[in-house]
Amino acid sequence: MTGVRTLLIALGLAAAAVTGVLAAGEGTAPSPAFRQWPGECVADAPFMRRNHMDLLKHQRDDTVHGGIRPANHSLNACVTCHAVKGDDGHPVTVADSRHFCRTCHDTTAVRVDCFSCHTSTPGVAK
Amino acid sequence: MKDVKTPPSAEGRGDTVSRRSLLGAALAAVTLAPGITLYAGPAAAAADGAKRWGLLIDTTRCDSGCSACVTACGAEHGWSDAGRARPDQAPQWVRKVDVRDPATGRTASLPIMCQHCAKPPCVDVCPTGASFKRADGIVLVDRHICIGCRYCMMACPYKARSFVHEPVTGQRPGSPRGMGTVEACNLCVTRVDAGGRPVCVDACAGAGRSAILFGDLDDPGSAISRRIREVAPARIRDDLRLDTGVYYQGI
Ligand code: HEC
Ligand code: HEC
Ligand code: HEC
Repeated sequence: MTGVRTLLIALGLAAAAVTGVLAAGEGTAPSPAFRQWPGECVADAPFMRRNHMDLLKHQRDDTVHGGIRPANHSLNACVTCHAVKGDDGHPVTVADSRHFCRTCHDTTAVRVDCFSCHTSTPGVAK
Repeated sequence: MKDVKTPPSAEGRGDTVSRRSLLGAALAAVTLAPGITLYAGPAAAAADGAKRWGLLIDTTRCDSGCSACVTACGAEHGWSDAGRARPDQAPQWVRKVDVRDPATGRTASLPIMCQHCAKPPCVDVCPTGASFKRADGIVLVDRHICIGCRYCMMACPYKARSFVHEPVTGQRPGSPRGMGTVEACNLCVTRVDAGGRPVCVDACAGAGRSAILFGDLDDPGSAISRRIREVAPARIRDDLRLDTGVYYQGI
């Protein structure tokens, strides 16, 4: 069962990635903050733009139920690497519209409740 | 389903051949599309169905004046009892309880937290599956699925769960928590997954008492299993046969 599931997930991700790459060719403008982040994302940007919510959900279940905690994949790793400094030089919280997780959400009218529990500022970088 | 304790995600871990070849398929997919390395890489430590984590608390070393474990838990998970308008709504991750045997007058002080039952009533009653037992015996609330109905709180004989009534800010990065969900001792899963032990164990040792021992109850050679065989500790409300993972010595 698990094997089959792994295969299906792999194929699903591959298909999603391929469509992602194709769709994000010319004409898809990166967000203003693009590429200002240190290090590499957990996947390439066109894929992330389209699929970050699925990755986060998948990771959430893997971590909470399976105890699987790969570096860089936790929600806190996202907000740590993607931290945006405010006027005081400290990383802003989601209360600030410049927060990475709001850059697109605000314009696309997406509202996530993640940060009512998860801290939106850098923490465990581990 | 050979082993009831093994969750679907851990199934077939021993079945390396088919698993490997399928991972191979996944890796092939990676080369097709860069960035899919995501889930094909080796996972960090995971909940292990061959283990059962538990605690042994030596109440003879525990003192009613000491609450180092409670303070450390609050600091680790970002909860506090201070300034609460409704004390009856206080978080119950861990609390100190003083008991007295009316027959002999003997007193003892013990920390009470989630007892990480092998047969957890909170899991039985949960309508959404948010209350669950991890492969390694840690009983948790998946707060992404919790709807805040609080049936589990009523089902728990140890009053070890509490509900977050008010908005929370300033959470610790490693321990998200928020309004509208039920929470409890998670045996510091984040630390345990990293090969460590719960913060209360360290705090107790730091306070010079070392009353709490953490370890694998399923490994007959572990320090905790050996001590349990030696001192025959009690379990609270053992009559309920929940097969709790927290043992108390000296009560
Ligand atoms: C170590 C740093 C790092 C981490 C950790 C990280 N990212 Fe990224 N992320 C980047 C970089 C750098 C980019 C820019 C894209 C590129 O260069 O390929 C990026 C791009 C993105 C984009 C596209 C942004 C745009 O403007 O189009 C999204 C969405 C994204 N990341 C989400 C996430 C999520 C969700 C997580 C957590 C699972 C995460 N990132 C973790 C570094 C990181
Ligand atoms: C009601 C509180 C709550 C809300 C809301 C919430 N989470 Fe969580 N989340 C938790 C808790 C508790 C954990 C377990 C932390 C652990 O074991 O490290 C967790 C763990 C995770 C993890 C794995 C560990 C980590 O730190 O990243 C991911 C990924 C995650 N959540 C994503 C999300 C996303 C995405 C959202 C919003 C759509 C969200 N969560 C909303 C409480 C919450
Ligand atoms: C590149 C733009 C962009 C960035 C940056 C971005 N998002 Fe998104 N996100 C979106 C879009 C667009 C949607 C809606 C997709 C849809 O509805 O199909 C979305 C949806 C989501 C959803 C699902 C919401 C739902 O109601 O189903 C979650 C969860 C999410 N994002 C989390 C995050 C987090 C966490 C971050 C910061 C680490 C982040 N996003 C950063 C564009 C972005």
